[in-house]
Amino acid sequence: MIRFSDRQLRIPKQSRPVYLVTAGMSQFGRAFPARKTEELCIDAFVMAAEMLGMSPAELKTYIQMGLYGHFADHFGDQLLGEAVIHDRLGLDPLPGLGVKTGGATGGYTTLAATMAIASGQADCVLAMGWERMDEVPTDEGNFLISCAADKDWETFLGQIYTGYYAPMAQRYWQVFGKREPSFRETLARIAVKHRGYARFNPFAHGAMKITIDDVLKSPVVADPLRALDACLMSVGAACCVICDEATANEIHKRAPHMKPLRIWVGAGTHTLRPADRRDMDIPLLPNETAEQYKDLEQRFPGADRYPGFTGFLAARMAAFYAYGMTGIKDPTVDLDLVELHDAFTISDVQTYEDVGIRPYGEGRTYVESGDCYHTNPHTGLPGKLPSNLSGGLIGCMHAVGATGIMQIDEVAMHLWNRHAEVHGAPARWKAFGKEKPADWTDLQVKGAKRGMAVSHAGVGSHVTATILMDPDALLKKEGC
Amino acid sequence: MGTVTVEKGRYVPKGAFHQIEAGTPIHDESGTLCGVTKPRNMTYMHSYGGEAPFFQAVSEKARLLATRCDNPACAGKGTMYLPFRVYCPDCLAKMTVVDVTDVVNKVATIYTYIVTERSGAFNTLEKPIRFVDVAFPGTAFGTLLKGYMVGPGQPAIGKRVVPVFRTGAPAYNIQDLAWALEGTTADQLPKGFTFSR
Repeated sequence: MIRFSDRQLRIPKQSRPVYLVTAGMSQFGRAFPARKTEELCIDAFVMAAEMLGMSPAELKTYIQMGLYGHFADHFGDQLLGEAVIHDRLGLDPLPGLGVKTGGATGGYTTLAATMAIASGQADCVLAMGWERMDEVPTDEGNFLISCAADKDWETFLGQIYTGYYAPMAQRYWQVFGKREPSFRETLARIAVKHRGYARFNPFAHGAMKITIDDVLKSPVVADPLRALDACLMSVGAACCVICDEATANEIHKRAPHMKPLRIWVGAGTHTLRPADRRDMDIPLLPNETAEQYKDLEQRFPGADRYPGFTGFLAARMAAFYAYGMTGIKDPTVDLDLVELHDAFTISDVQTYEDVGIRPYGEGRTYVESGDCYHTNPHTGLPGKLPSNLSGGLIGCMHAVGATGIMQIDEVAMHLWNRHAEVHGAPARWKAFGKEKPADWTDLQVKGAKRGMAVSHAGVGSHVTATILMDPDALLKKEGC
Repeated sequence: MGTVTVEKGRYVPKGAFHQIEAGTPIHDESGTLCGVTKPRNMTYMHSYGGEAPFFQAVSEKARLLATRCDNPACAGKGTMYLPFRVYCPDCLAKMTVVDVTDVVNKVATIYTYIVTERSGAFNTLEKPIRFVDVAFPGTAFGTLLKGYMVGPGQPAIGKRVVPVFRTGAPAYNIQDLAWALEGTTADQLPKGFTFSR
């Protein structure tokens, strides 16, 4: 049983307001044999400068520190890759710091960036994440990823992360999904949605126009998960620039088209080995009561322990802290869009529950209601809380160290009302060597003021919930 | 192939530990150089530290060891841990090593599982791999244990399993512990495996 002290449940407080002022990404792909990692990072930084109408050199004059997210030294065969990127960006001799938290590296890098600003360590920092996953054969890549499991107790078992992740999906599938074909179809709808949204995203490399049937007939990876249920393995970089209020105002004067956004990051962890998950009471979010879970096991036989293998405690805690920091009571009411960590379709559903979009056991209804779509397929009206309009990890990319930052960047584009410009520009499609689809659709969430990005590591060892808000649409006025 | 012993508190490697192999250029279709391969073969010398008794018991004695917090001041006193942990996660006291083979033989149950044809490089398990996560209901265990299944039958949630041990040709890693469905007979186990002794 995990027991929290009151001190441990203290809601974090930024010592001064923190702002996100710009964002940039490279193209994402399965492989870039002709480009080095630092070239992709520079692409991302140059885009961030262009978003502000500045030259890269001008933007660099604001940066006082670099925060770098890079999951796997093994993949790039480069220890201290952070120093390489810092140098190639021409940021020496400023301070630079590397962050590694598996799949949540991007989110935790952003957390470190907000901490640097909130504490006064710096007034303006760069958060840059990347991953190089194409320089080893795929099976060796799978081996390297399996090294992020416990090397003595797990890695030797198959040398593949599927063996550690998929059993969790199996448990969810049987307990909360009740092995219903309709639930299997709901999972397929997520894959169709994310690969479909990726078709309108020039940065994405998993774009596909597919049907539910295509998903259900794709090769089995580990029942019930099939190939089209799984995320991509990607190469690419993403960055954002985070600063204090004075710097944000100064930059905003030079770039009045880019309103600085308030940013907070809640974070949680849980055991690297799922085996070590001890039973505990469900930590409640503001829109939940203990009463509603009293009969959980009756409704879902097998839901006899929390988090068991059906929930991600780290995600629950990240949301707990993030909602407390920002005043969010109900994410489906207070947020306008989310980007979630859809490593697999089923973990996407698990996350709906962990972050309170739906109660535990009812995640599937977020999809089945149509709430998660840009346009609700049942009503033709805007979805209540659109998710993963970028295509997510399934459709856009999973360049691990960059993923969490890409998600934040994509939410920010909506809040800046620049989604269509960034994703629809013919020049960008052309620069990436792609043909813009004839049916390209503007996925801008109209009037978006608040969004969230969830960055998640492995079987749930680290998770962050990053909240972005238009400073004129804050939910909590007092303090930071 | 290299071997390692510990002498006077230090690792002593003997034999060949890496083979030097030249890299080769990587060109694209037009003949333009893109990069170079970097082959490498290395062997790590890895310590099991305080967890070594678990691995020695599995690989040599066909017994399963766990740990238990016996610190009277700990809120989690009496909780058992498998995976074997040296220190209590609550109070950080060094825990007591206990032989849990007999109790595990009686209660181990599949909590969840997966069957997959996929594996990463360097995998030595036979495919399809039947991954099982094993629970110990009705005991003081606060944890589950990840493993794989051998012998006849397919895994399912709730099925009873028993631990089996690869003492015949141990690799001295977690692969030496596997799980077989209750009722499996010795002759149905893969070569080198045995039930607990």
